[in-house]
Parts: sequence; C-alpha cells; structure tokens
Amino acid sequence: MTTEHAGATTADTPGGTATAAAATGTTALPTGDPGTPAPATGAPAAPSTTRSVGRHVPAAGTAAAAEIERARQAMLSDAKPRNRTRIGADALCEALIRQGVDVVFGYPGGVILPLYDVWEDHPAIRHVLVRHEQGAAHAADGYARVSGRVGVCLGTSGPGATNLVTGVATAQLDSIPMVAITGNVPGALIGKDAFQEIDITGITLPMTKHNFLVRKADDIPRVIAEAFHLARTGRPGPVHVDITKDALTSETRAGHPETIDLPGFKPTFEGHPRQLRIAAEAIDKAQRPVILAGHGILLSGATEELRTFAERTSIPVTHTLLGVGDMDERHPLSYGLMGMHGWKHVNRAIQSADLLIALGMRFDDRVTGNVSTYAPNARIIHVDIDPSEIGKNVAVDVPIVGDVGRVLRALTPLVAERSADDRAAYLGQLAEWRSESEGTSWHGSGAWRDGYLSADYVISRLGELTDHDANLSSDVGQHQMWLARYAGFRRPDSHLSSGGLGTMGYGLPAAMGAALGQPDKESWAIVGDGGLQMTSQEFMTVVADHIPVKVALLDNGKLGMIRQWQEIIYGGHYHSSHLPGPDWAKLAEAYGLACFRARTPEEVDDAIRAAQAVDGPALVWFSIAEAQNVLPMMPAGKGLSDLIETWGDAAEGR
Amino acid sequence: MAAMNDPLAAPTAGATPSRYIPGSGSAHRHVVVVIVNDRPGVLNRVSSLVRARNFNIESLVVGHTERPGISRMTITLQGDDFAVEQMGKQLYRLVDVLKVQDMPQEHLVEHELALVKVRTTNRDRAEVLRIIELYKGRVIDVAPDSLIVEHSGTEQEIDSLVALLAGFGIRELVRTGTVAMARGSGVVDVEGILRSGTVPAVPESIAARVAASTAPATITIEE
Repeated sequence: MTTEHAGATTADTPGGTATAAAATGTTALPTGDPGTPAPATGAPAAPSTTRSVGRHVPAAGTAAAAEIERARQAMLSDAKPRNRTRIGADALCEALIRQGVDVVFGYPGGVILPLYDVWEDHPAIRHVLVRHEQGAAHAADGYARVSGRVGVCLGTSGPGATNLVTGVATAQLDSIPMVAITGNVPGALIGKDAFQEIDITGITLPMTKHNFLVRKADDIPRVIAEAFHLARTGRPGPVHVDITKDALTSETRAGHPETIDLPGFKPTFEGHPRQLRIAAEAIDKAQRPVILAGHGILLSGATEELRTFAERTSIPVTHTLLGVGDMDERHPLSYGLMGMHGWKHVNRAIQSADLLIALGMRFDDRVTGNVSTYAPNARIIHVDIDPSEIGKNVAVDVPIVGDVGRVLRALTPLVAERSADDRAAYLGQLAEWRSESEGTSWHGSGAWRDGYLSADYVISRLGELTDHDANLSSDVGQHQMWLARYAGFRRPDSHLSSGGLGTMGYGLPAAMGAALGQPDKESWAIVGDGGLQMTSQEFMTVVADHIPVKVALLDNGKLGMIRQWQEIIYGGHYHSSHLPGPDWAKLAEAYGLACFRARTPEEVDDAIRAAQAVDGPALVWFSIAEAQNVLPMMPAGKGLSDLIETWGDAAEGR
Repeated sequence: MAAMNDPLAAPTAGATPSRYIPGSGSAHRHVVVVIVNDRPGVLNRVSSLVRARNFNIESLVVGHTERPGISRMTITLQGDDFAVEQMGKQLYRLVDVLKVQDMPQEHLVEHELALVKVRTTNRDRAEVLRIIELYKGRVIDVAPDSLIVEHSGTEQEIDSLVALLAGFGIRELVRTGTVAMARGSGVVDVEGILRSGTVPAVPESIAARVAASTAPATITIEE
C-alpha cells in the first residue's frame, strides 16, 4: 500500500510548477516591508485562478519525486527474507496488513524495538516517524476521519504510552476508530516498577472503547482482529493494545482467525419498527421541527440519507461542531451551526422548535447549555447507535437505537411528504432570522478595528481558495469556531476538529494524518499560535517525510479564547492569556519549511496561493487582530436564549 | 415526566416548562445484577466505570456462576430510575459485560452474610446466645472472651442483629454485601447472548482491498 502515498511520481500533476528548491523546503523569509506579501523562492507569485487537485504531490520529474521513488525502491529491495523464525512482532504486522493498514504513526522505544526490528520485512506498512507520540495519535485520528478507516498509532511503554494518551482520549470523545499499540515491559517485570513501566492499561481503561494487555505471542492475531472489529463497528472508538516485549519476541505459529466471537459486543443497527412509526407520527404532526445533525451522520456515511429525509419533509438541518459537513452548506435546508458559538438564528430556531430530531449527536453541554431551559417546548426524537447516549443528557420522548443511516432509510418512507410551500410561514421566519443574524456578524472587509486581519475573513478566503474541497483540520480555540462558521463546508469528512476533548495541539498532526489518509485532497491545518506551540515539533515530520500539509497560522499573540473569557466572564482580569510566540518565519526556516506571511487583507489571497503552489508542506503566517471575539457566545451554565451578541465596542459584533 | 410516557402528548402549554435533567429525580435503592466475562481486570472496568459516571456503590459482590468463565456481580446503589438505567447502558458499553438487570424490588430474594466477633464473658454469654438463636444465627467459634456469629439475611435483618449485639461490644465485623435472585422461575439469562454467533475477523470490503494490493505485504520468513 506504500504506493498509495509514495507512488505520487506517476500522478499527473500539471499544476506542480514549484521548483525543486521550493519542494525541498527553501524558506521564503518575510520581507521587512509588511505591505508586500512575501514571495516564495521560485513559487509563482501570480497564481492562476484554477487550482489543480493533487498539486501537493511531487510532480513527475522533479527531484523530490525521484527521491521518493528511490526511497521506496530501496525499501522494497532491502526487505529480503531473513533467516529467522516468525515472532510475535511479525504476527502483529501481518495482522495489521490483514486489516488493511497502510500507514502507522509511531515512535520507537526500548520495549517496542522488536517491532522495529521487523518493520522492513513488512513493506506494505509505511511507518511515519513522528516527533512526539501525541502527534502520532492525532495523526492516526486525522487519517481515520478523512478515510473512514481505522487509524493506527504506536508508542513504547511508560512515557511513550502516556504521551499517546491525550490523542487516544481525543479519539474517544469524538468516536474515532483507532487502534493504539504500545509495548510493555516483559511479562515477568509487570508490576515491578521496571524501567519505563507504568500501568498503561489502567490509564487507558476509562478513555478507550476497550483495551487489551497481550502477554503471549499466540494471542496477538486474535487480539488485533478483535481490536479492529471493536474500533470500527457500531459507535467507533479507540482501542488500546498493550503488548509485552516477550510477546513481541517469542516465536509463534498462531494463525489469523477467520471469525471473532465477542458476545458482549453486539451493536443494534436497525431501528425498532414501532419506534420508527411513533417518530414518523411525531414528525408529521410537528409544526416547527428542527433536525439536529451530528457526527453520527458522517461516521455512518449517511449524508445522502439525511439530505433525502430533509428534502422529503422540508425540515431545516442544523449541525453540531462535529456535524459540520453533514450537509452541503449551500443547500437551502442547511441552516447552520448550533450551540455555544453557533449562529443566533440556529439557536433561536431550536429554542422555538416543537420537535427536535436528533440524528447521531449527543446533546453535549456546549450544544444545550442549561438543560432545564433547552428547547422548552420541544419533544425530542433521538437516534443514536449507542443506547447510552439516549437519555444521558436530556430526557427523550422517542428513543431510537440504531445506525442513523439505516434508521433514516427506514424512516423516510414513513413520513408524509411536505413541500417548502407547506411550511412557508415557518421557513420564511427562519430565513428572516438567518439574514438578520448573518448580517450582523460578518467582517467582510477583512480588516478588524485598526486594520488588523479579521480572522473570519482569513477563514472564508481559505475556504474559497481551496474550492471548499480541502480537508481542513482545526486546532482548538477561537479559530476553531471561526473555521466551523465561515469556511463554508460542502463535503463530508472535510472538517477535522477536536470537538469533545478540545485538545490544543490537534491541528497540525491531524492534518498530517489527513494528508496521508486522503492524498488526493489538499490538507490544511488551521491553527492558533497557542495550539501550534503545543505540537509544532511535527513540522519536522512533515518536512522530513514530505507530507504536503499547509498550515494556516492565525497568530494573535494570545490565547484568544482565554482572553475572550477573561474579558467577558472574568471582568477584564487578564492572566496568562498573553502568549508570546517565536518568530515563525525563522522557526520555519530552521525546519526547512516554506513560510509566507500576510498582515493585511490584500496579502491574504496571495499568501494562501503561494502556499498552495509549494510542492510539499508550507506555513502561512497570518497576523490577526488581538482582541477579536467569537460572537455570539453562550456563557457556560446559561441557556441557548442567553446569548451574548455584542461586547465592548459597538462595532464588535459587526 | 408525563411527556415521556406519552411521546405524542401535546407539549405543555403556557409558561415555559422546565426540562427534566436526567438523574435529578428522587433516589432510591436499586439492586443491579451484572453478568460479566470472568477475565482479569473486569471488576476494575466495572467499578471504574461506575465511579467515572458519578454513582456511589453501596456494595458490590462478585462470584462464579453455574457457567465456567462467567461471573455475576450484584451492585446495590442509590439513584433515580433514570440514572440507574443510564448506568446500565453505560455498563453495556463494556465488552466484557454480557447482561445488566435492574432487579425488581418485589419478588426478590436478597441476602448477605455477616460474621460478627462479639465480646462475651461468662456473665453475658447466655444472653448473647439467646439473641443469636432468635435471629437464627450460627455460632462458629467460641473463645473465652468472644465468639463469632455467622448470620445471613437481608440487609435490615443484619443491621438489627448488629445493633443488638453492639450492646455487648463488637470487636470485628465483616459483611459480604447483598446478593440477589428473583423469586419464581425467571432467571437472568445469558444463554442467547453467548450463542449470538461470530463475525468475520476482516470485513469483506477490507479483505478485497488488501487482496487487490500489488505490493508485497510480508516478506516470507523461513522457519
């Protein structure tokens, strides 16, 4: 499967006009004059208006492409049969290959070394050496989100494993299929506080779908098969497999199972017919229904089913943060983002609804605010594949356990057809609310207050210049909200965001995984200066492995969301929200990464296009306004009707 | 909560109703039976989950069942019906949990076992023995200045025996926690679950993709 990524040499890349110098990462330093966009060495300064897909893969004939092909051939020819017996590590690699794994993000260490000793004998797996295990976990997460396959990350025992934990927890809260593999000390040393020993299965127990401690080589094939089945089946999630060093090194003849038997794990896929009938009746009666579409739509691959259902019933579709991409945002029934930083018109529609149809979402507190005042007149239909999500945060009137795609397929024929005209009054009012709320929160000019870049302008340009087709990975904070609101998503699985855990540092490594999980799409990381400083070491990974990630850094020199809360909730008492960062151009130069800078609205498009033209990774450094707030905002503990819409300067919300 | 029972009932008219917050109802005692795989760490998984989901366990008993490899836990705890149902659903997320049943309060046989080491002397031994006899307890060890009473019964029965013995001085007390079983022929059955069948280790779509790959997957290793 290596060819899927490295085989880019054969790809037709007419747009790959970047020179080898740019491809190998010659840094374009920002010029001293802020009025001039910094041109990349050799990159076309005046970009064409049409963008070719796949420009980021090395163009045929370039030095970079030749280098990759050489490396690939060398890897394949080096992998000679060796006169040795099959050990647990081999069984592990075989099991991974059987499960379709082509990329593993990992970092070596003492007890996992037996695996690194056999990687070369299993050339179908590409190992990406990250610079920190957290990056490995987020990369596996990003890989899984865009490809729908199980992402795999790897670390050694002790610190390697604990470094993975943040990324595993991120995947758990967002239901991402992932298998995290760690080495552990030899079985005989477990419990002896051996070097780099920690009770890692005890640590990952509450933050994984399931975990395994494997102490015998013979168990590896079965456990890996079970781990992948658990990770991708039903509600997806991360599964952790901890393997002792002696299990990796022992000789084994254990074959790979054809079937697996997990009586305690039997997800329900089909909705109960009686519940479907009750739901259909409730939908037919509703005068002000609203669909709340969540991540489950994407995980289930049910975007078509959602659109069909919404169109048949003419019910507006709102989405959660992780539900961005459930519906093309240009669709007339796509109504927008809900929740704490959602659109006012969306929250207003929810609060005035008489029926909420929740599809694959979980009524997170960032969605509901204070539950006791949430959608006070609405009855709730809740569809989720995980029964434990139903009735967890809100009491539900019509629970339906099942795969949301199958439930919608069964439900759609049961509901009465309603045209937009049948709901003219209702939809008309929603449209009015919408134009009112969108009209008051747009920084269309690009400049905010003193002429600094407005973050939402930058985001909207990014969406536009990537044809709304790139995979956009967000970090966590203000820019995360701006991205979800202003990028204009049209394609499912193109928005990657740590919604549940809110993990700063997620953006760059996730974009790295996305670039490998879906090589034919551009992969952008949209990050703040705070989050990027948490995982900026992965710059080296994308440069060294030539992973074509474009990083859009929205730098306000602040922890923007902290600053916003301290301004609004904590009475302007600022502490630790000012966050000095490095000179990013120099940092990029040190990494051998192309860097472009934009300080004014006029420079934005050129900087984005210049980064796109680079054959390989690139950084775009946007200096954005320091004190711009994400509005509206629902203060924690308040309800959806208590939005703060403007703050301070009267122009804030404009 | 009326709306919960009748999903099609008209929403409450008039003043803004306050939405019920799950778990905020009145708490009462529940006895929950959990059938689990008998594997290392399962007790930890269950107790860790119950703690993480913010429930307080009054007692938790684990033991073997009639089926090798299958254990039965009996958990007693306080909570509103909604919350305990939620806990059950959370428990089902554990791969090693096969069945969860909130036992009905009626028609339930509930017993726990207690061992009580009571301070006795020649003066009051007879009186202690009379109380024990009254409660159908059993003396299993006698020493010059103490004796051990074994008693099984409901929580309340043991509470009241302990309260009476406390007057003589309790040197040591241990209770097993409640185990429970429904009266009549009904059982907490896992037969169907255990026979629910296997699934392919590799889904067809993935197997096909792997098979279509031309790159050598694994270099042959000579044995």
